[in-house]
Amino acid sequence: MSNPTLINGFDTRRHVGVHAEQVSHVSSTDYPGHYPGEDNSWDLDAFKKRLNLKVQRLSNRSVAFDLVGVDASIANAFRRILIAEVPTVTVERVYVWDNTSVVVDEVLAQRIGLIPLNVDPSFMDMKESPSDQATDRNTLVFRLRVACTRNKNAPKGSTNPNELYINSDVLSSHLEWVPQGEQMTVMASNPPAPTNPNIVLAKLRPGQEIDMELHAIKGVGKDHAKFCPVATASYRLLPKIVLNPQKPVPPHLAEKFQKCFSPGVIRVDPRTKAITVDEEKARNESMSREVYRHPEFAGCVQLARVRDHFLFNIESEGFYPPERLLPEAIAVMRGKIANIRKVAEALLHDSDGPGDVEMTDT
Amino acid sequence: MTESMPKIKIMKGATPDLSAATYQIFDESHTIGNALRWMLMKNPKVEFCGYSVPHPSENLIQLRIQMYDELSSLTALLDALGNLDSLCETVDDAYRTSLASGDYERWAEKS
Repeated sequence: MSNPTLINGFDTRRHVGVHAEQVSHVSSTDYPGHYPGEDNSWDLDAFKKRLNLKVQRLSNRSVAFDLVGVDASIANAFRRILIAEVPTVTVERVYVWDNTSVVVDEVLAQRIGLIPLNVDPSFMDMKESPSDQATDRNTLVFRLRVACTRNKNAPKGSTNPNELYINSDVLSSHLEWVPQGEQMTVMASNPPAPTNPNIVLAKLRPGQEIDMELHAIKGVGKDHAKFCPVATASYRLLPKIVLNPQKPVPPHLAEKFQKCFSPGVIRVDPRTKAITVDEEKARNESMSREVYRHPEFAGCVQLARVRDHFLFNIESEGFYPPERLLPEAIAVMRGKIANIRKVAEALLHDSDGPGDVEMTDT
Repeated sequence: MTESMPKIKIMKGATPDLSAATYQIFDESHTIGNALRWMLMKNPKVEFCGYSVPHPSENLIQLRIQMYDELSSLTALLDALGNLDSLCETVDDAYRTSLASGDYERWAEKS
């Protein structure tokens, strides 16, 4: 496939071309040996200079930040770790003593597992294997005991189940923490509980009853999605709109041109009808490629994305405040690196000894 | 699975001086595989580097490294791991600096 013609200002090294029906210049080329006479080898100082990390927005639930100057493999590693490898604590085992609700045991157990808990995973150890002995270091115990009864003081003629019955809804707030061993002292300042007290787990009617013991353990998202600390963790590349200085947009079409982009992205000078790109708002561009549908704008503009400018958005769900998620992910990454490094170093020392390294069949 | 699976295994067919070798790394995925491949490719002494996840239900990656000048690929791997760690540290520091600066939009989100 031949590459489409590119206009001035499009930097094939930095930009990914977005065309009407295809993309171009997708892969990074900053490797040693790619460009004659250029080094491009790893240089920490150069990386430090180039790296630009700026938090853009922060709320109680989500954080958005720009990560500039890293390769996609690094940005993707952080994203993958956020989703699959940052540990959290949730209910893993459910012991049902009694369940006469209409929700069957396994469905109710599944729902309970999905409740986010406010427990700091650093207080707990990870079970090495599912058959490991449960201790006060690796397991939290909750009791869920709810029985539904008629409300004798219900207003006459009411049809509202919340008024007619007591405990008609089983809520996450019904989970009652049962401290084990030293947990009472360690976790007393922030007793384990669901982060949201209003999650409906099941509905009951008079005579129905639930009595369960729940064991929560520490786990990671790759084992089960309920351990995932984020609702979403995603990145996209910064949109870039490159105007062609050789072919300006005709003044009478300036407003039409502006409407081909997301609001605020294109500025039109009210007097001269000259077109400029608002670089601050370029990040809002939806990259709809509408401008390519109009033959009168052919060659005026090139849509692109900046290959090393990642716009991250992370929504927290569960224990971690959103701003703590990236540091946790980086800590997990460094832990993995340290782990491999230790083994690789041992391998190197083995191979220094007499004889060759032992090679094993797979 | 088996209890004492080694974390790294050098696969059959590696040169005796380890200038070309395939490393099998257990319990790792694209997360480390791609990042490590990129960092190894930033080394001018690396002739070739690639990784694969041979099967989705086997939790391992295979990392192939070939070196110029009969250098050891294991040393290159260790260098790459060290560099990757300092990269992570740099990103971590940059994030904490940006967060501490407070120079960003705060907003309240309903949950």
